[in-house]
Amino acid sequence: MAENRPAASIEAVESGLAAQGYIASRQIATAVYLAQQIEKPILVEGPAGVGKTELAKAIAAWRGQKLIRLQCYEGLDEAKALYEWKYAKQLLYTQILKDKLGEVLGGAATLHAALDQLHDFGDVFFSKEFVEPRPLLQALEQPAGCVLLIDEIDKSDAEFESLLLEILSDFQVTIPELGTVSAVAPPTVILTSNSERDLGDALKRRCLHLHIGFPEQRLEERIVESRVPGISQVLRKQMVGFIHEVRTLDLKKLPSVSETIDWARVLVLLQASELGHEIVTDTLNVLLKYEADIETTQPQISTFIAKAARQNVFG
Amino acid sequence: MRENLHRFFRAARGAGVRLSPAESIDAMRAVSKVGIDDRAILRDTFLLTLAKTQEEKRALGDCFDLFFSQPEPPPSAPDNDNTDENEETGEAPQGGGQPAEGGADAQPTEGLGALAQMLLSQDRNAIAAAIANAANAASLSNIRYFTQRGIFSTRILDQMGIQRLRDDLDNLTASNPGLAERLAAATDGLRDAVRETVSQALLLYGREEAENLRNEILRNAPLARIEPRQVEQMRALIRQIARRLRERYSKPRKRQRRGHLDVRRTLRRNAAWGGVPFLTAWKRKHRDRPKIVALCDVSGSVARVSDFFLLLIHSLHEVVDDVRSFAFSGHLIEVSDILEKKSPEAAMAEIMSKVGFGSSDYGSSLADFEDEWMNAITPQTTVIVLGDARSNNLDPRADILRRISERSKRLVWLNPEGRMAWGFGDSEMPRYATFCSVVRQCATAKQLERAVSDIVATYQ
Repeated sequence: MAENRPAASIEAVESGLAAQGYIASRQIATAVYLAQQIEKPILVEGPAGVGKTELAKAIAAWRGQKLIRLQCYEGLDEAKALYEWKYAKQLLYTQILKDKLGEVLGGAATLHAALDQLHDFGDVFFSKEFVEPRPLLQALEQPAGCVLLIDEIDKSDAEFESLLLEILSDFQVTIPELGTVSAVAPPTVILTSNSERDLGDALKRRCLHLHIGFPEQRLEERIVESRVPGISQVLRKQMVGFIHEVRTLDLKKLPSVSETIDWARVLVLLQASELGHEIVTDTLNVLLKYEADIETTQPQISTFIAKAARQNVFG
Repeated sequence: MRENLHRFFRAARGAGVRLSPAESIDAMRAVSKVGIDDRAILRDTFLLTLAKTQEEKRALGDCFDLFFSQPEPPPSAPDNDNTDENEETGEAPQGGGQPAEGGADAQPTEGLGALAQMLLSQDRNAIAAAIANAANAASLSNIRYFTQRGIFSTRILDQMGIQRLRDDLDNLTASNPGLAERLAAATDGLRDAVRETVSQALLLYGREEAENLRNEILRNAPLARIEPRQVEQMRALIRQIARRLRERYSKPRKRQRRGHLDVRRTLRRNAAWGGVPFLTAWKRKHRDRPKIVALCDVSGSVARVSDFFLLLIHSLHEVVDDVRSFAFSGHLIEVSDILEKKSPEAAMAEIMSKVGFGSSDYGSSLADFEDEWMNAITPQTTVIVLGDARSNNLDPRADILRRISERSKRLVWLNPEGRMAWGFGDSEMPRYATFCSVVRQCATAKQLERAVSDIVATYQ
């Protein structure tokens, strides 16, 4: 595992993430820097496809740490998120050790004595050996630290949020049979949310709140440049300009960064040199995911292309 | 610096960002890490640590810009200084006739107080610093209401030594009228600067109180008679109420019922122990989500109240997801779709154009409802009728209301009129009231909140 470089400054974070192909805005870089400095989780909100999950991946790759991902869904509980007892193993061991137990207890004269002897062995069956660590516990046990990604926290139940509070504020969990497990090295925690429901204040209070919206034109061009290196500069400017025009429409789902990148890849594959009415019409389904949205955009294509081209001349 | 940060946190609270002490501690820790040299980074830091939603981020950003524009001398001060300088240069040629203008200037200042000297030397930074210090001493950040502007200005000026300045001014008028004139001008400039500082402080720190006071007045104002310019504020208030109700009632809908063993779940949970029930699972009781059918009179003066009521009910998605709304005056139509799809203003306008402003006919409206939508009412439904029950002496058809009442869980009648007016004139309220589970007056935002809160609470 590579050494853990402390981010000396915000610029270092920015260039470090850029090296992993993640072009971060200043605010994102500041958030990542602060998260490490004051050891707080980051709660990332924003529309789908603006790179919330990517951020966690990029941080992990940049720091050379392991990425542990916990995908949230309705009905997620502590047995799946935190830890579980290995019931089968416990059962198996008791069967195997039956004879051994007989030997140990053989010397005892009375029931009381046998019980006392049994007590001396302690809770053998409720020890670390029999705990199956789930993502949250795994993250605490990483000796070199890690990036813990709790994805789409808004999909989980409100109860699950409360379960997270201990781990988020103190980086520890309490297992009744074992006691409190503290983090070996505090993990970098990233929570993502699509704002499907309002998160509790208690959870929000424990996090840095980062909102990633659609990027500015310049930034988006840089993102496309880093993700799709094969695309020509002219086409890149045109397509990003076009997408920014599309985002001004009232659509069901606005195209986000991931769609921009997909579209850029498609255009490169089709060997387009510049944006034309025909190629846009053919590939619009990469950008827009609803039939109604495509219908809304269709009549505007020519105008948008012209606008994007004009921007190109002046920009 | 810490003092400044604390003041900023207070200002942020005033701007509507909810800050707990823990958050301010975090922010301070963050600030100590990033330093205060780069204003953009500092701003980002505050936005990350303090604001929890996008609206809060916006509010906090504005507040930041306002707050940290303060340390520079107040905008009025340089202007005044400039005019002073102009006057001075204008005077200079006249004074040129008198010998050694500079020397004459230096000598009389010696007998003057610190403030007068400062003003005459026109040291802008020193004046700004003095104002800031005096403002601190007068605890300017405690300012709450605009009526306090005068007293705080006076306090700051007292702190700066205005008394001494006045004495100096009196003395100078006798001994050196030219200098006295300059000092008087500078004093006026100082007063303006202080007033400016106080106004800015009021903007920063007073917002919260002012808002609370305004909301309190608004909450108790009759909805039907608020002025058009207050409608927007009232909408904001209604949204705030909706948020409060959501927080209170959107808790999980399952409640464990101790005493009723859930055999199936218990067996499954204890499979690991060969079915020996170590852990028990209990039956849960599912709570119904509130189902609401709302019938709103949109004629005349009731329209406004209906408007706000519909806005409130439809912003409670997390709590009540099953709402069907109907609007009527002469006849009745379903308006749920319009309200879901359009902004509140546009939706209300459309509803009004369809059924509004007729003379109300409760009888035929109820008949419309029974003909088409009676099956919307189930035994879990709460039916809310909002109206003044003034049916222009037409047949009230109370029999339909009886049938609605029998089919539903509860029938609540909200009447914007005061209890005194019920039953007088063409009001059919007493006749309808016999079939209602609850009848209550609902004329202000406060009563509206109470009424809706009670309705939702019956489902908890």
